[in-house]
Amino acid sequence: MTELTQVQEKESKIWSQGFIKGMTEEGENLSEINPETGPLGGSAAKAHSHGGDSHGGGIGVPDSSRAGRLTSYKLADFPAITGREEDWRFTPLKRLRGLDRVGIKGMELNGAAPVVESSTPEGVTVETVGRDDARIGSAGIPEDRVAAAAWESFSEATIVTLPAEFAGNADNVTTLTLTGQGDTPAASHIVIHAKKFATGVVVLDHRGTAVLSENVEVLVEDGADLTVVSIQDWNDDAVHASAQHVLVGRDAKVKHVVVNLGGDLLRTTPAARYNGTGAEVEMYGLYFADAGQHLEQRLFVDHSTKNCKSRVTYKGALQGDNAHAVWIGDVLIRKQAEGTDSYEMNRNLILTQGARADSVPNLEIETGMIEGAGHASATGRFDDEQLFYLQARGIAEDVARRLVVRGFLNEVIQQIKVPALEERLRDSVERELESSAL
Amino acid sequence: MSTLEIKDLHVSIETEQGIKPILKGVSLTINTGETHAIMGPNGSGKSTLASTIAGHPRYTVDSGSITLDGENVLEMSVDERARAGLFLAMQYPVEIPGVTMTNFLRTAKTAIDGEAPKLRTWTKDVKAAMAQLRIEPEFAERNVNEGFSGGEKKRHEILQLELLKPKFAVLDETDSGLDVDALKVVSEGVNRAIDAGGLGTLLITHYTRILRYIKPQFVHVFVDGTIAEQGGAELADRLEEEGYDRYLVAETATA
Repeated sequence: MTELTQVQEKESKIWSQGFIKGMTEEGENLSEINPETGPLGGSAAKAHSHGGDSHGGGIGVPDSSRAGRLTSYKLADFPAITGREEDWRFTPLKRLRGLDRVGIKGMELNGAAPVVESSTPEGVTVETVGRDDARIGSAGIPEDRVAAAAWESFSEATIVTLPAEFAGNADNVTTLTLTGQGDTPAASHIVIHAKKFATGVVVLDHRGTAVLSENVEVLVEDGADLTVVSIQDWNDDAVHASAQHVLVGRDAKVKHVVVNLGGDLLRTTPAARYNGTGAEVEMYGLYFADAGQHLEQRLFVDHSTKNCKSRVTYKGALQGDNAHAVWIGDVLIRKQAEGTDSYEMNRNLILTQGARADSVPNLEIETGMIEGAGHASATGRFDDEQLFYLQARGIAEDVARRLVVRGFLNEVIQQIKVPALEERLRDSVERELESSAL
Repeated sequence: MSTLEIKDLHVSIETEQGIKPILKGVSLTINTGETHAIMGPNGSGKSTLASTIAGHPRYTVDSGSITLDGENVLEMSVDERARAGLFLAMQYPVEIPGVTMTNFLRTAKTAIDGEAPKLRTWTKDVKAAMAQLRIEPEFAERNVNEGFSGGEKKRHEILQLELLKPKFAVLDETDSGLDVDALKVVSEGVNRAIDAGGLGTLLITHYTRILRYIKPQFVHVFVDGTIAEQGGAELADRLEEEGYDRYLVAETATA
C-alpha cells in the first residue's frame, strides 16, 4: 500500500452571534447547560493516554480519547452522571425524567415498553424473545450509564432477521412501529440482524408518549447491504435515549438514518464499528428542533479494520426559544485501520432568535496510512438578505422561508431512497414549518 | 404605459453613529419604454434609491412618495412590489443553499404571474434565455448563486429580468466587476429586455462604460443625496471626459 498522509481538513465556518445563548465572540461558553459544574472538571480533565491498554473499552478509567471510553453491560460499573462528563455536558439532566438516575434512590425503569407492531415482507422475521436469547449482545455494549440501565432493565427484546441472501429493496420495507405506553420510565431492546448477503430496509418508527431508554443493535453480516431508518416522531412530552450499536461485517454496507422530530428531549447515540475489511458505513441525520426541544445526536465511528469507508452527514433546523440541537461526531481511526476513508459533516440552520446549536466534530487519527479523513461543521442563521432576495422576486415571505428550509433539509431526505418514507419526511418538515411562526 | 413616480424622497439609515440621512429630496419620473441612467460618485445615494424602491428593510423613508401608476409603492411589502412589476437586479446577489436555480426561477415566475408557467414552454424559455446569456446548462441544477463568480451572478440577475418580464427594472451597478466580454453579454440581455417593449429601465452605474452598450434617453447625476444635474445622453459623454470633480468642487464651495 502506498503511504497516504492526506488529511482533508475542510475549513469549518462557525458562526458565533450574540443572540445565540451561550456563545460569545470568543466562542462557546461551555458551562451553560449544567451550570453547577464546570466543563473542564471530571473525566475530561484526566490525563489521556494513547497507550494500548487504554484502548478497546472495557472497565477502567475513561480518558479523553474516544477509544478509552468505558463500556459495560453492568449499570453498577458506571458512576453517577453529574453533567460534567464530556458526553453529558450538553444534556439537561433534569429533563431526563430519571433515566440517568436508575439504581439511585430506588429509581427503576419499570414502565411498559413501547408496543411493537410490525409489517414485514415475506421472509423477514420479527420475534419477541426473552433476555437470555443468545443473539442479544451480538452488536453492542453500552457506553453510558443510561444505556447500561436499559440493558439491565428490559424484559423482552424484539429481533428482526433478514435471512441470508434476502433480496429486499425500497418497495418491501420492514417497519416496526413502536408506540410509547405513557410516561413511566421504561426500557426496550431491539436487534436488527442482516445475515450474509442480505439486502433490505428496516424502519423503526417511534411515536406516542414515552420516557424510554432503548438499545438498538444492528448486526450486518459479511456482504450484506442494510438501511436502517430510526424515526423519532414522539408526542411533545416524550423523553427518549436511544443507543444504536451498529456492527458491520466484511464488505458489508450499512446506511443508518436518524430522524429526530418530536419529543421534549431526544438523545440518540449511534456508534458504528467494523468487524471486517472493505465495509462501508453511511450515517445520515435530520433533525428539526422547535421551541424548548432538546435534540442531541452523538455519533461514533470506530475504524479498527483496514480499507473501510465512512460518511456522516447530519443536518438540522432550529426555531423558537430554547430550541437546542447538539451534534457530536467522533471519528477514531485506529493504528491498524490503514486505508480508511472518512468524512463527516454537520450543518445547522437557525431560523429564529433564541435557538442554539452546538456542533463538535472530533477526529482522532492514529495512522497516516489512510485514504482520507476530514470533517466540516457550519451553523448559520436564516439570512435576512436571502429573504429580501427571494421576496424581491415576488415570492411571499412565508413561501421564501420554507423554500430555504426545505432545500436545506432535502439534501438528507433524498439520501434515504425510500420514496414513501421521503414523502412522509417532507410532509413532516412541512408540518414543522407550518406549526411555527414562519 | 405605466409610470413610476418618485417625489421628493427623503431616506435615512440607522448607523452606529445615529440616524444618517442619505437621500435628501429626490424626484424622478420614469415611463415604460424609457431608459434612465443614474450616475454619481460613491456614497451619493444611487444604491440607496435602488434598495428603497425594492423595499429593503434597512432603509427608512422619512418623507416623499413612490407610486406606480398612482399606487403607493411604499405601503407594499417587498414581494408585493415585485408582483406589481418592479425588479431590482442586485449589486451583490446572495447565495441560497439548497434551492436550485430551476426551482427558484419557477417559484418566482409562479409568484409574479399568479399561476404556474406551462411546463413545456417554460423549460424551453429558460434554456433559450440561458443560452443567450451564455450560461452553461448545468447552472440550472446548481443552488442559487452558490459558488458563482461575480460575472455569473450578474448574468443570472439579467436572466431573471428576461424571464420575469417586469414593468420597471432597476439595475444596481450591474456593470461593476465585469470584464468587457461579460459586460457585452449582460448589456445585450438588458437591450433584449428593453427591445421586447413595455420596460422602463433605471440603470445605476458608477462608470460610463456600460452606456456605450445601453443607450439611455435621460441621465441624472446624483451628488450627496440629490439630483445635481439632468440631461440627455450627451451628459454621459461629458461625464466620461470630465468625471464627477466638477460637482464635488461646487459642493465644497457651497459648504
